[in-house]
Amino acid sequence: MKRFAQLIQQLELSNKTNDKIAALVNYFNHADDKDKVWVIALFTGKKPKRPIKSALLKYWAINITETPEWLFAESYANVGDLSETIALLLPPAENTSDFQLHKWVEDLHDLEGKDDETKKEFILNAWNKLETQERFIFNKLISGNFRIGVSNKMLVNALAKQSSLDSAQIMHSIMGKWNPYEITFHELINGIHVNTDNSWPYPFCLAYALEQEPEKLGDISEWQAEWKWDGIRGQIVKRNGELFIWSRGEELVTEQFPELHFMIDVLPDGVVLDGEILAVQDKQVLSFSTLQQRLNRKTISKKQLEDAPIGFFVYDILEYEAKDFREEPLSIRRKTLEGLIGGLAESPVMISPVINCHSWEDLAKLRQTSRSINSEGIMLKKLSSHYHSGRKRGDWWKWKINPYTVDAVMIYAQKGSGRRTNFFTDYTFAVRDGENLVTIAKAYSGLTDKEIKEVNAFVTRNAIEKFGPVRTVKPELVFEIAFEGIAESKRHKAGLALRFPRILRWRKDKKADEINTLEDLRQLLQSTL
Amino acid sequence: MALIEFTKRGIYCKQGDFYIDPWWPVDYAVTTHGHSDHVRFGNKYYLCHTLTKPIIKRRISEDLNVETLEYGESIIRNGVNISFFPAGHIIGSAQVRLAYKGEICVISGDYKIEDDGITTPFEPIKCHSFVSESTFGLPIYKWQKQEVVFNGIKSWVSDNILQQKTSVLIAYSLGKAQRLIKNLAGDTPIYVHNSIANLNEVIIDAGVKLPKTIRITPETTKDELQKGIVIVPPAMRDSRWIKNLAQPVTGICSGWMQVRAHRRWQSADAGFALSDHADWPGLMEAITATGAEKVYVTHGFTAAFSRFLNDAGIEAAEVLTKFGQEDDEENKVDLVDQNENK
Repeated sequence: MKRFAQLIQQLELSNKTNDKIAALVNYFNHADDKDKVWVIALFTGKKPKRPIKSALLKYWAINITETPEWLFAESYANVGDLSETIALLLPPAENTSDFQLHKWVEDLHDLEGKDDETKKEFILNAWNKLETQERFIFNKLISGNFRIGVSNKMLVNALAKQSSLDSAQIMHSIMGKWNPYEITFHELINGIHVNTDNSWPYPFCLAYALEQEPEKLGDISEWQAEWKWDGIRGQIVKRNGELFIWSRGEELVTEQFPELHFMIDVLPDGVVLDGEILAVQDKQVLSFSTLQQRLNRKTISKKQLEDAPIGFFVYDILEYEAKDFREEPLSIRRKTLEGLIGGLAESPVMISPVINCHSWEDLAKLRQTSRSINSEGIMLKKLSSHYHSGRKRGDWWKWKINPYTVDAVMIYAQKGSGRRTNFFTDYTFAVRDGENLVTIAKAYSGLTDKEIKEVNAFVTRNAIEKFGPVRTVKPELVFEIAFEGIAESKRHKAGLALRFPRILRWRKDKKADEINTLEDLRQLLQSTL
Repeated sequence: MALIEFTKRGIYCKQGDFYIDPWWPVDYAVTTHGHSDHVRFGNKYYLCHTLTKPIIKRRISEDLNVETLEYGESIIRNGVNISFFPAGHIIGSAQVRLAYKGEICVISGDYKIEDDGITTPFEPIKCHSFVSESTFGLPIYKWQKQEVVFNGIKSWVSDNILQQKTSVLIAYSLGKAQRLIKNLAGDTPIYVHNSIANLNEVIIDAGVKLPKTIRITPETTKDELQKGIVIVPPAMRDSRWIKNLAQPVTGICSGWMQVRAHRRWQSADAGFALSDHADWPGLMEAITATGAEKVYVTHGFTAAFSRFLNDAGIEAAEVLTKFGQEDDEENKVDLVDQNENK
């Protein structure tokens, strides 16, 4: 555990990718094999089952430290993390422990089904032999996520460097289905498990936003332009007579979309398609808010099936005839794709159309019409490009249309969590509705640290009321809020909700009486329906 | 009538007609220590500890009218007996004890309990009322022994040297810098920024023994610095000068570094929880030892700390400081630069 605690500390101490990778490589060079498997599991979000509720941990910590509940709350507000608050509050440990990470994970696993008294005894005993940093990690093993800025890609790069194996192969292996209690480190990184598993998807190829003029990309004939769809990125996998649908969050969502199940009869074995899950009617893409009615549901009613029919717009083919097809150039992959499913008429699965355009100028004009077909812009893919693992600069670009914007005034502020614990960083914004202000969005990103400090000072000086952690502030600061869409909402007082709102910039030049009105937003809503 | 009152200008003793650490110019300012949030320009007279005198003369002006006291020594102003006792915060820091007609009041200024090896250690003084700081007045703030922290810093430095990186410690020129110098001195040479070197001279002239350090000049080479420990004040933190060193890595030494969120916010490469303020157990220990019937809590988590004391049966009241109009929890991290590192 000490070695793992050290790794976490090193990862937290640096903002530099190279330092983090070096720390990971160093760890994988020296750590126990069983521990390594767990580190990979934890960093990729494969959490062990929680044997104990966080509320109980907190209760026991309050108990043994005799901390009043309100003082615990004050402390938590300052720390911003429950596991860490407990670790810091506990008295210094009287013993030490050489238990390794996997031993702790296994012991915690064994607590499953035991009575609370047994669990409590185990936890108190553990706390008393772990140092603060180890305790923090121990608590995290029980109750939380490890958010320490290690992406899957970074982890895979470190593993590839340490093992001299191919990074794409390792990405496969760790993205597939495996059980950290059973698999060995060697089996895991060599991907022994994935061959026997029909379902495994490929890592998605992701694009960076285009920040330069498209002309700088060279001749347009070297590029394939497609609409950028605003849905859920997904993969359809067909192997050995089985069909699987994966979402971008590495989640199996096969059951959620019965409209796509017919593909089991259409696709030959050994095919993997990349595409977008969308709400589609008569081959027209519907708004994201329509699609939303179908997401994260355990059961789907007939009405939902009718109101929000699902389709799949195919972008790419990653596996063909049971072979990894990603090294083929896009032009070949596209042809193969057309041969495979181009003939599907009247089906909710169609190939995402290519935009035929002979100049960047024309394309730029077409891009402006994106919204009319519920697209959020254009994707540019180099015809010669491979299908990369993850985000890579150069071959794929997303050229999104500018977001919608609204000028709104800040009326509430709340402290953030994590790194932002001690600053007011979460703001609620309002627009005018006659004489009143009505809230339309909450947003917390998009300001620089310096601006955050400035807003923080404003909130401190201009707080009108205090509701727990929330401050009502004088409506004075105007911000330009960007958002991707607008939908009717019964839950919000304004009667509408913005999709993905974020702060675009602080409009220091504007006064609160110059902001947008609710009527402006209603008109926008009407125009998108 | 109470011996002290809390006014806009600061803590005021009406009977003796003087202020303690006033924020605005007054006739007679009793000064607990040389940090700039405790001593301001413009007072007619200053009363401070002998070691604080050269420090404030250097930092504020040579023309100040300064009277001094040693620890344990006292003077009388209009019947009020004023004496100084060690606060253990930084060199020359003092608790101010006021006695008048049998009533005793102690104003702590900033203090810490642990002996840092360079400051005269804190001494609890029996009193009826005690004004305590509460910078770290939450139970999550419990310091490790300074040996442990310094060993951490030392091993960080030796790893850096091996990896061809330059170790830059950010520490306030007065207090934290000297504590680092004293406790890190060894085979690795310590290079200090001008402002720290200047203060070191003043402190050494006043008779305090400090290990040898090297003043950084334009002639100092990057290679020398890479093999040493570099100490600079917070103002230098994001400077081009640091960026131009050989693979610079920065470490912040501050009590706030106890909490991960603060460490990450600071965007330094390392954070070491090393403070010149009392931690939670330290505050409790100090307050209990004074035997005070009434505790006034200032600077820090005043609301939480005074509530806790009241619940524990010690009568306590929150005192609004200059920042008192604001929510007591605000601006803490910002103060890392301005207050805590001092």
